[in-house]
Amino acid sequence: MNETVKDPLKGYRGAARAKLAEWKVRVWSDVRCTNSAGSIFEGVVLPRSETFDDLHIVLKLRTGYNVGVHVDRVVSIEELGYKEAFYKIPEQEFPKRPSLPKITLLGTGGTIASRLDYRTGAVIPAFTPGELYGAVPELADLSNLTTRKIFGVFSENMGWEQYVILAEEIEREIAAGADGIVVGHGTDTMGHTAAILNFMVQDSPVPIVIVGSQRSSDRPSSDAALNLIHAVKTAGEGDIAEVQICMFGPTSDRYGLLHRGTRCRKMHSSYRSTFRTISDIPLAVVNREGFRYLGPEYLPRDPNRRVKIDTAYDNRITILYYYPGMDPDLVDALVEKGYHGIVIAGTGLGHVNTPLYPALERAIKAGVHIVMTVQTLWGYAQMYVYDTGRDLLDIGIVPLDNMLPETALMKLGWVLGHTHDHDQVMEMMRTPINHEITPREPHNGYLILQGGLPEVEAWVKGHWK
Amino acid sequence: MQQSIDYTEIGLIAGLEVHQQLLTKTKLFCRCPSGLYTTEHDGTVLRHMRPTLSELGEYDGTALMEFKTKKNIIYLLHESNTCTYETDDTPPFLINQEAVDVAIEQCLMLGCDIVDELHIARKQYLDGSIPTGFQRTAIVGVNGRLPFRGRELSITQVSVEEDSCREVSDNGHLIVWRTDRLGVPLIETVTGPDLRTPDEVEEAILLVGRVCRSTGHVRVGLGASRQDVNVSVRGGTRVEIKGVPKAGWAPALVHGEAIRQVNLLQLRDELHQRGIKSPEAITIDHRDVTRILASSEIDFFRLEGWDRFNESHDRREGFESGKGPFSVRAVRLKSLRGTLEHPTQPDLTFAHELQGRVRVISGLDQPPIMVHDGSWPGAAAELKALRSALHCEAEDALAVIWGAEEDTLTAAEEIRLRFADATLGVPAETRQPFADGHTNFERILPGPDRMYPDTDSPPLALGRDRVAALQEKLAEPPWEREERYSAAGLPRNTIHFLIRRGGARLVDLVVNEAGADLRSTGFFFGERLKGLRRAGLQVDDITDEQWLSWFRLMSSQPVLAEILDEVVAWMARHLGNDPNAFVEGGLYGSEPKDWRQHLRKIAIGAQPKNPDGSQSQRLAFLMGLVMPNLRGRIPAQEVLLEIDPGANGKRDGQ
Ligand SMILES: [Zn+2]
Repeated sequence: MNETVKDPLKGYRGAARAKLAEWKVRVWSDVRCTNSAGSIFEGVVLPRSETFDDLHIVLKLRTGYNVGVHVDRVVSIEELGYKEAFYKIPEQEFPKRPSLPKITLLGTGGTIASRLDYRTGAVIPAFTPGELYGAVPELADLSNLTTRKIFGVFSENMGWEQYVILAEEIEREIAAGADGIVVGHGTDTMGHTAAILNFMVQDSPVPIVIVGSQRSSDRPSSDAALNLIHAVKTAGEGDIAEVQICMFGPTSDRYGLLHRGTRCRKMHSSYRSTFRTISDIPLAVVNREGFRYLGPEYLPRDPNRRVKIDTAYDNRITILYYYPGMDPDLVDALVEKGYHGIVIAGTGLGHVNTPLYPALERAIKAGVHIVMTVQTLWGYAQMYVYDTGRDLLDIGIVPLDNMLPETALMKLGWVLGHTHDHDQVMEMMRTPINHEITPREPHNGYLILQGGLPEVEAWVKGHWK
Repeated sequence: MQQSIDYTEIGLIAGLEVHQQLLTKTKLFCRCPSGLYTTEHDGTVLRHMRPTLSELGEYDGTALMEFKTKKNIIYLLHESNTCTYETDDTPPFLINQEAVDVAIEQCLMLGCDIVDELHIARKQYLDGSIPTGFQRTAIVGVNGRLPFRGRELSITQVSVEEDSCREVSDNGHLIVWRTDRLGVPLIETVTGPDLRTPDEVEEAILLVGRVCRSTGHVRVGLGASRQDVNVSVRGGTRVEIKGVPKAGWAPALVHGEAIRQVNLLQLRDELHQRGIKSPEAITIDHRDVTRILASSEIDFFRLEGWDRFNESHDRREGFESGKGPFSVRAVRLKSLRGTLEHPTQPDLTFAHELQGRVRVISGLDQPPIMVHDGSWPGAAAELKALRSALHCEAEDALAVIWGAEEDTLTAAEEIRLRFADATLGVPAETRQPFADGHTNFERILPGPDRMYPDTDSPPLALGRDRVAALQEKLAEPPWEREERYSAAGLPRNTIHFLIRRGGARLVDLVVNEAGADLRSTGFFFGERLKGLRRAGLQVDDITDEQWLSWFRLMSSQPVLAEILDEVVAWMARHLGNDPNAFVEGGLYGSEPKDWRQHLRKIAIGAQPKNPDGSQSQRLAFLMGLVMPNLRGRIPAQEVLLEIDPGANGKRDGQ
């Protein structure tokens, strides 16, 4: 309820609005509404979403159920009282324990912990340490928590401006002596943020852990609390001083995985276990008890190391997701609109069709930097294998091996913030900063078990998914 | 067993929440098949539930209680009936419109006013029975009424909702559920608090059941309908007896609950007389007495007994068996001596109330869960030692619990809380029913705070046209059908059976479409078919078309009635096939050529083995000889007349 001017008929339009006005009742009025069938509904008038029709009035009945009453059937609405709800998350002071690590939670707008507005269903984020302590008291056993809300945007509204601010805030917190930093983030573009922070924040002395939830914390089965517990534990006690993603490993409430920010991708629109390390294995497993480091080399925690913050960027970049029959004028249009860099997500080993070649050549001549990744996500762009690929190399398209398309996009934007010299750009693109290109793909770096096969089913049956 | 009591005098009030699964192809919020149950699983998921804050920034009492139980929850999945929606890894799809139609139809049968716009709400359950932690539910109808015992039974509201998981096992801190039933559409019919005696409750359950089943669009069979019975007495509290599987259980359960409430109110008065007038006045203290009882003769007081119990129940330490070392804890209940022996339900005492709460909330479940000085199982010296260790005064009571240390602490606190409730009277709770008529604590009764809007689902305007179209096709209400069948000469039991089991729909179908006679058809579907069903034939899968074809054949060739059992058996074995094939293949319905001559020839020479010279013996013998070839072709009576022209009037068979 932040609006300065409140509409007493919030969300109601047209006939429904007129009906409420006619009976002199408002949103939050406690009413007795009688309809033409003689049914009586007693409850509170709720605000209505503006995207719904203008023919129904929504009531929260005494039983807790909601119903919509059609205005044409309303015989009378009598106001019995007025019960505006004031929502406040209970704050309990977050206990201070000098022996525990100092952790800062930076909020970007994703709701890690939240509480539901029980009447409207709206989600109110819990964010201050006190609020978080009320919702996830376990955090007090792991850390001395400070929180700072940097901005309140949905994950899909994150962009370059936000990346820069986030990097600078991380610098500030490190300078202030944080033992670890947690970034609360919506999951949709968490992978992009994890990638760009790996370039903008280098040589961190402490863990930087990005966390979110796939099931909002207004539901009892949410993954939010456990993800937050894992992330705070990782920031405070973990040894990996990289920008990493901490999210559920399996869909069961068992453990979290720490994924390297440059190699991680959201792979399912709704599963809890949606984040996967691609073409490699995750850094570590975390649960309430501790960590199991899985082997990939990582940058260890070192309080004496000086962090390097480098927030240069050029946002005139894009991903071209190739498909059969793509019209070359699409490439021309990008050049015309002044794009400086294009990441192609090519088919197979990194291909596009021949009619596109002249357009790509024109683009490169015009100074556009074009790199090749694979839309298969797993595996390398190996353009020298087929003639088609070799032709593209001749044109001047540079393969990025096994860099993920989104990571490549983030990196290209960052690199172009430093130089537009083609050779320098490509040199920087092909020189990994934190394993965005790896020299080899371990055979267990690609494991999508195929359901239905007897041996897979036997394994799945014996494990908590 | 039944303690006699005047229900009017104690102010007994009861109402119902009847749950009835709807017959739809798919589930309510996903596209999985509905009603496909499995006993195997090919995947498992482990979860925990955490309560969410209410709008007042507090936790719902039930939710918090269920969180205290610290349950590990495992779901057994089977690919055939479970997708990522059931495991809460995918948001709901739009509500199943077939289910909404059936729900509206049910509401109309119940005389309800259909709501204009459906709003899906979430009802929190933290026991794990639904993996999301809440059930999606929406009101479809309100303000209905049914004729009942010369008055009306009011229907407060009818909602459509998703069914929950089936419980597989509950072992210490592990509860296991199967997700096959989860998401099956059902309607919950809530009656007003209009019932006044245990018998009325049973009758009302049967009435609502008949109304629901009149449409033929609901599921029947084990578990397809369950009811919660709400009971209170004057001065008492609404208590919900949850999931009563059979109407026949209701009278004893309602009676038992009435007695329980009356006794709990007496206990309250007794506590007040002792000066314990409010929850705060309950004081307890407790300590670990494992050492004192280390060499007890009572098995469950000793570590070996605990280890054996865990082993025999396959309990892993820290998972099923709880956290911390084995501990026996004695609790001193100040000034409460004798109260644990206070009667509650018939043949039970207040100690049973405590045991129920302790079992559910602390997870301690090794029988008898709790012992006390009024039912001491061990040596008197042991009890004396404990009482002195706890500094018990003469008027103090002593209770003992045992198990994983953390759980014994939870249990001690729960004992205090249950006594605190006792100072107020009857706690609002949900109780689990048992066949012998007693109930046990299941959970604290949730309040309206546990309901909140489902942000994943848009509202659905139902529209008067849609309602009118369903009204048009509505089945006859059971009381009208009952009158009609009764007038045709069918007995009440048969009529109720037909309505309950869905046979009435078939009766009306063949009467209307195939011109069959109502009385004989009613007897056929209501009585005779039972025997064939019992014999293991799949008679309930025979299609409408098969029945219609058969009844049409019978009305054009009445002689076929004599091979009815054979035809039904054939149809059940050849589901979907026209019985005409059987009739034609067997040459039924057509007279064999020259059958009279053949018959006379046979009749001349044939004699029973040991003839006693009587005509009746000879006729029975002859009929037995010739009928196998003539059944379904010549009426038996006609055959008899041919053999013995003197016979008449005596009809064979049906
Ligand atoms: Zn499903």
